[in-house]
Amino acid sequence: MSSQPSHEGFPWKHVIGFVLSILLTVMALWLVFSLQLPVSTEIVSILVLAVFQVLIQLLLFMHLTERDGPAYHVISLIFGAFIAFTIVGGSIWIMAFRSMVS
Amino acid sequence: MLHSILQIGDKYFMWNEGPMIWTSDALIVLTSLGIVGLLTYLKRWKWLWDEWLTTVDHKKIGIMYIIAAFAMFFRGGMDGLIIRAQLAIPNNHFLTAEHYDQVFTTHGTIMILFMAMPFIIGLMNIAVPLQIGARDVAFPYLNAMSFWLFFFGALLFNISFVIGGSPDAGWTSYAPIAGPFYDPGVGENYYLISLQIAGIGTIATGINFLVTILKMRAPGMTLMRMPMFTWSVLITSVIIIFAFPVLTVTLALLMFDRLFGAHFFSVTHGGLPMMWANLFWIWGHPEVYIVILPAFGVFSEVVSTFSHKRLFGYKAMVVSLVAIAILSFTTWVHHFFTMGAGASVNSFFSFSTMLIAVPTGVKIFNWLFTMYKGRIEFTTSMLWALAFIPNFLIGGLTGVMLASAPADYQYHNSYFLVAHFHYVLIAGTVFGVFSGLYYWWPKMFGQKLNERIGKWAFWIFMISFNMTFMPMYFVGLMGMTRRMYTYPAGLGWGPFNLIETIGALGMGLGFVVMVFDIAYTIRHPEKDLTGDPWDGRTLEWSIPSPAPEYNFAVIPEVKGIDAYWMMKHPKEQEPGPVKAVDKSKIRPIHMPNNSYRPFIISVAFFVAGFGFIWQWYWLGIPGLIVVAIGLFLRSFEYNDEHFISTEEIERTEIAAGRL
Repeated sequence: MSSQPSHEGFPWKHVIGFVLSILLTVMALWLVFSLQLPVSTEIVSILVLAVFQVLIQLLLFMHLTERDGPAYHVISLIFGAFIAFTIVGGSIWIMAFRSMVS
Repeated sequence: MLHSILQIGDKYFMWNEGPMIWTSDALIVLTSLGIVGLLTYLKRWKWLWDEWLTTVDHKKIGIMYIIAAFAMFFRGGMDGLIIRAQLAIPNNHFLTAEHYDQVFTTHGTIMILFMAMPFIIGLMNIAVPLQIGARDVAFPYLNAMSFWLFFFGALLFNISFVIGGSPDAGWTSYAPIAGPFYDPGVGENYYLISLQIAGIGTIATGINFLVTILKMRAPGMTLMRMPMFTWSVLITSVIIIFAFPVLTVTLALLMFDRLFGAHFFSVTHGGLPMMWANLFWIWGHPEVYIVILPAFGVFSEVVSTFSHKRLFGYKAMVVSLVAIAILSFTTWVHHFFTMGAGASVNSFFSFSTMLIAVPTGVKIFNWLFTMYKGRIEFTTSMLWALAFIPNFLIGGLTGVMLASAPADYQYHNSYFLVAHFHYVLIAGTVFGVFSGLYYWWPKMFGQKLNERIGKWAFWIFMISFNMTFMPMYFVGLMGMTRRMYTYPAGLGWGPFNLIETIGALGMGLGFVVMVFDIAYTIRHPEKDLTGDPWDGRTLEWSIPSPAPEYNFAVIPEVKGIDAYWMMKHPKEQEPGPVKAVDKSKIRPIHMPNNSYRPFIISVAFFVAGFGFIWQWYWLGIPGLIVVAIGLFLRSFEYNDEHFISTEEIERTEIAAGRL
């Protein structure tokens, strides 16, 4: 309760992370709007950018590598991965019927 | 002049729709004037601003959440009564089809997002910090933000009724019906943007309570010693954090479709309308558990307290909560089995849905075993908990019927489904929050709600509830589908519908009796001077009622489950009252300052949202700029805390008879 959050120097990490995350978003938009790529290439490149986005969030904002935290840090990361996999994988599986119908 | 005013009235206020809308306008204006007049007459503006609008105290925020939830219960309940009035007899044309669409849309949206959610979050705010021996939540300022974002989101949604027209594509707002092509006008924009604003507040609440529970427990309170309500809130917070961002993204995508001409969910131009259903239910199914799990937590507390026994199977309760949380993310397809995904998809989700019945059943048995051989005290709070078990069971078991994908082709979107989800949401969530309200009311206000009137309200509401929704199972099996605005005579549906309407009126009466109970209690308070009116087991009952601003003069030391019970019944020495606060341990207490900014930022969000709804960017963009300025100022605020001196704590504790 009594411990104040420490303000040690300028939060460079956060600023870099912020700029990079915006940059990646702009790149994804530019890719779709300005380049006439085939759809599959577009999707793959957006996915690659998304993976970088995740890494930036984990490394620069969530301090993944900084120190050993309590066990629930790992549990919540695993749960997050599980949810991401369920939502993305599940959606692809569920919506696959569309290609069967057409 | 008059002509142009009338034109504006027709365009923005729908004055051409007749006397009903004029009456609503008049009532809203009169009520607003009445509130303003009353506050001015009683000279309460400063009090309102200092004590409530700028507060960051979790107890006051909780009370405001519950007041807002009651108001929304009234609004959503009126919608429900209008639906029942329309369906009471065959071939009724009390409402047009279009108005009927608007009424069931607002009924569903308000009841789930603006009644159930804030009521639950209100109880979380009131009870969780007290149960874990904390002095506030982890982020009090953010807590105030959450409340005001919810409040102005709800306000924005409600004004659609008289300004521009209500959303009318169902509370699920399925594309492409809710898209710009089939549903022009501002109604759906209201839905998208007000939910978005309230949703930001909810995500913040999830983060706030997760951190509060993980970081701010009193010494000795390990995770496996937490009260069951706190456990349920912890798990709920996790579900909120993972589910609500999906809603945010989904709403934003449809907003792009409607405001900026994108084609995420349109039929043409490569849109994928069914993706809306998919994404909506990825959020929507966990949402069901967000509103039910805290109610389970309330029942655990209430059943254990009024059976005067320890909760049976504490560990099994925790494990089943965790299991429900994980499974809740793997069942969403059962809301659209009939969409046409393959047999393997439907089989998988059918199975995962049925699986949820297992941990839920474990919990039901644990409550029963808690009561077994207990000394049960039939307070109003306990009555709601007792009624929950059989009524919820009816809802749950019909849920298992619906989970069977082939059979669901028969039940889908029939009144059978409507009956099912009202049985789980009312018998689960609504009974739960009412139970919690009667249970924690003494802690909120220092007085008990009148039990006799409360029991009247309970019996009227509970019997009428069954009268309203039980016939829906049958009429659903007879083929009546959801959301139809009228039906022909001669199908045998008429009598059932009439009974349902009478039941709905009874539920309205039960609600009125409950509000009367609150008014009666304010006039004739039965003071709770002990702080522990129910012979409670958890830490919130160890402090005076109502809880002082700083909650605990001295942070308690926890030695096991049911910490306060153990303090009252120590093993080593003679049992006795443990009210006294040890004077030597009182230290100055560090508390957050009030802030006007959460209120202002949320007003700016409201203005910005209103601008975007009407596509008035000259209004929307400045609104967002004010939001940004508010966030910027907050980032550079350093003196936002104060200390309460030991003398003041001693004065408060002496006044409460604790020192």
